[in-house]
Amino acid sequence: MENILYAILVLGVMGAVFGAVLAFAAKVFHVEQDPRIAEVRSALAGANCGGCGFPGCDAYAQAVVLEGAAPNLCSPGGSKSAEKICEIMCLDNSAEAKYVAFVPCSGSSEKAKKLFEYEGPADCLAAMRFGNKGPKLCQFSCIGLGNCVNACMFGAMNIVNGVAEVDREKCVACMACAEACPKGIIKKVPYEQKVLVGCRSTDKGAAKRKVCDASCIACMKCQRECPHEAIVVENNIAVIDYDKCTGCGTCAKVCPRSIIHPQKIYVQD
Amino acid sequence: MLASVISISIGAILINNFIFSKFLGCCPFLGCSTKVDTAVGMGIAVTFVMGLASAICYVVDGLLRNLGLEYMNTLAFILVIAVLVQLVEMFLKKSIPSLYNALGIYLPLITTNCAVLGVVLLNVQYKYNFIESVTYGITGGLGFMLAIVLFASVRERVQFAEYPESFEGFPIALVTAGLLALAFMGFSGMKLG
Repeated sequence: MENILYAILVLGVMGAVFGAVLAFAAKVFHVEQDPRIAEVRSALAGANCGGCGFPGCDAYAQAVVLEGAAPNLCSPGGSKSAEKICEIMCLDNSAEAKYVAFVPCSGSSEKAKKLFEYEGPADCLAAMRFGNKGPKLCQFSCIGLGNCVNACMFGAMNIVNGVAEVDREKCVACMACAEACPKGIIKKVPYEQKVLVGCRSTDKGAAKRKVCDASCIACMKCQRECPHEAIVVENNIAVIDYDKCTGCGTCAKVCPRSIIHPQKIYVQD
Repeated sequence: MLASVISISIGAILINNFIFSKFLGCCPFLGCSTKVDTAVGMGIAVTFVMGLASAICYVVDGLLRNLGLEYMNTLAFILVIAVLVQLVEMFLKKSIPSLYNALGIYLPLITTNCAVLGVVLLNVQYKYNFIESVTYGITGGLGFMLAIVLFASVRERVQFAEYPESFEGFPIALVTAGLLALAFMGFSGMKLG
């Protein structure tokens, strides 16, 4: 009995002394820091998972406040955390250039030719196991089974007619979809960009014509007609130079395959 | 005295390396070894904490021994290490913020590094005196640093090597660690003096 009491007493005293030392040290070594760091920290999920790419929630909170890291990197916190962080941080920097994800494929179920009908589990990776490119003949096509939809934490991805589509208003350009896409076709584009090319196949024009009705056949029409020399056909695919493009929409009108899509843009006042 | 210090040093760094022959501290060894820079930082921090912990735990152990409570030493040592790491963290944050930032999350994680607890318990087991304890602590840390820096530099190279896709990431790291451990086996059984 005496032994136990002794042990409790000694270790209790040790703990108390160490605690006092630490409390004292915390006062002595106190470092002033931006109060917003603590606010951002409390808005995060606090799982310390490292999914944001920073070593732990504290480091991420600090990076958000001091280095301007993106507010939407906390996966466990999801859109709630992102919104809260925006409230704390973004009020003054909403003018920054906004980006959104874009799926450069227009090969919907009717337009893209199929190699076979896929009836397995709804997972792009699983479908990729067949022929290494999935059910659609074009190797650059969106498989349309929704790995990106599952990856999106903001509910911004939808499968429409067998092709993934981005809800530009909900998208925060975290590019989780791009990582989840086994074909790696999802790109980051400026939100303000008014026209986008809905195809990214670099196969020869004739080959593309065979596999998909909504493919860029590299006819060069857009390149010739563009009044600003902003669109060029490179590697059998039309590419828009976002700096030169004024969004006049000429290319979209002349495209015989209708795969240059005008985008809806809501300008904030 | 000098002879024992030298033999302890070489023993701790090469022959009985904490990672490769005692298998202590494997978690940070695998976790913080993707870049040489962070590996060096981790090595320095661990060396520092191991040296300091050896010194303080020697005193604490003497205290417990006087009170006949030496069976409580593991518990007391954990307490000491936790306090020490916290103190080091606070101190670095205030005085050397650059090093604090470089170490990041690895600093508080030293609390759970079993090499630190291992070295203080081994000090008791080997009945080392104060100077020998501190030597063993510091050189044990240096051995840890040698291992993790070697491993990190190999891993940086492995990234550019060709290996089967199924080995991507962690498996190839474990294979690398195994080969390094085999290399260190060459030192085993050496005796000094």
